[in-house]
Amino acid sequence: MSSATNTATTPPEAFFALEEHEHAAGSSTMLGFWFYLMSDCLIFAVLFATYGVLAGNYAAGPRPEDIFELHLVAVNTGLLLFSSITYGFAMIAMQARRKALVLLWLGVTGLLGACFLGIELYEFGVMIAEGATPQRSGFLSSFFTLVGTHGLHVAFGLVWLATLMIQIGSRGLIDANRRRVMCLSMFWHFLDVVWIGVFTFVYLIRMI
Amino acid sequence: MATSPNTSTTPHGAAKAQDGASSHMEGGEAHATLGGYVTGFLLSVVMTAIPFWLVMARPIEDGAITATLVVAFAIGQIFVHMIYFLHMDSKSEGGWTIMALIFTAVLVIICISGSLWVMYHLNQNMMPMGDMPMEHDGAMGGMSGHTDNPVNQIAPFGSVEEN
Repeated sequence: MSSATNTATTPPEAFFALEEHEHAAGSSTMLGFWFYLMSDCLIFAVLFATYGVLAGNYAAGPRPEDIFELHLVAVNTGLLLFSSITYGFAMIAMQARRKALVLLWLGVTGLLGACFLGIELYEFGVMIAEGATPQRSGFLSSFFTLVGTHGLHVAFGLVWLATLMIQIGSRGLIDANRRRVMCLSMFWHFLDVVWIGVFTFVYLIRMI
Repeated sequence: MATSPNTSTTPHGAAKAQDGASSHMEGGEAHATLGGYVTGFLLSVVMTAIPFWLVMARPIEDGAITATLVVAFAIGQIFVHMIYFLHMDSKSEGGWTIMALIFTAVLVIICISGSLWVMYHLNQNMMPMGDMPMEHDGAMGGMSGHTDNPVNQIAPFGSVEEN
């Protein structure tokens, strides 16, 4: 009898949580955003694999040494690297709660990103004018898809950056905005990591 | 009755304390330092400049050695970015970020190396079709020897027309 009541009273407690435990607003945002970046990483992995497979298929068309300008790539790499550290300065300014300084460094980062995008579009323009269009060969299709996808990410990063600067300008460094700055920081540095793969495997290795 | 709220709140309390600790760490707020960024930046500049110099000035004649060095610097630089810019460590978010990263890295390696491996062997087995454009622009040095052999030249055309 007593054992029966014991088994009847103890199990239900184990079946469900009595209350939904509370999370602070946005406490899981950073981890969720990291998962998004990892899925983005898989997109780039597929594009890198495609480039790796197709990079030798010139179809008697232009070869890397005909169309790649390593000087431009070096400048672009420098721009992206500088934009990474200026974003770092924005993060440090945010820790010190200096709104004007955050906006200044975010602005510099955006400017460097815009220069990067401008040079990349110029590079694409020259290549297309020379007849090295995406439909010319498997090599060029995979090149434009991979580098173009990275450029598109930078472009969306710039849109986000501009939006964030307006939000910080009007609302200040509130918690939500600080979270957004940190997410964009991960996004921006992640794009720089992808660019390491691009300048190494797309450009440098093919020019050896 | 009195024990059930206790048993349910202790784990929650513990989880909350852990959440608080990790949210303090998250996003690198706790450890985003000027020194860290500058160190990462300087390391990155060196690890970017050397590969570009290796390829543009070609101080090493051997292509294989140059390529190996360039890839090694790229891998090193990725680690530098992960540590100094993305503030990766094994403890952030209770270890979930590093687990997600390792999982993704494994998938990326399988995806890229698997694709290259499979497609390389597929290319080799499909040689008569595959080497036609290759011969034309002389992409592969080893292939040019086959052009001397008339059988190898004719066979692909024959097989293409039959199809």
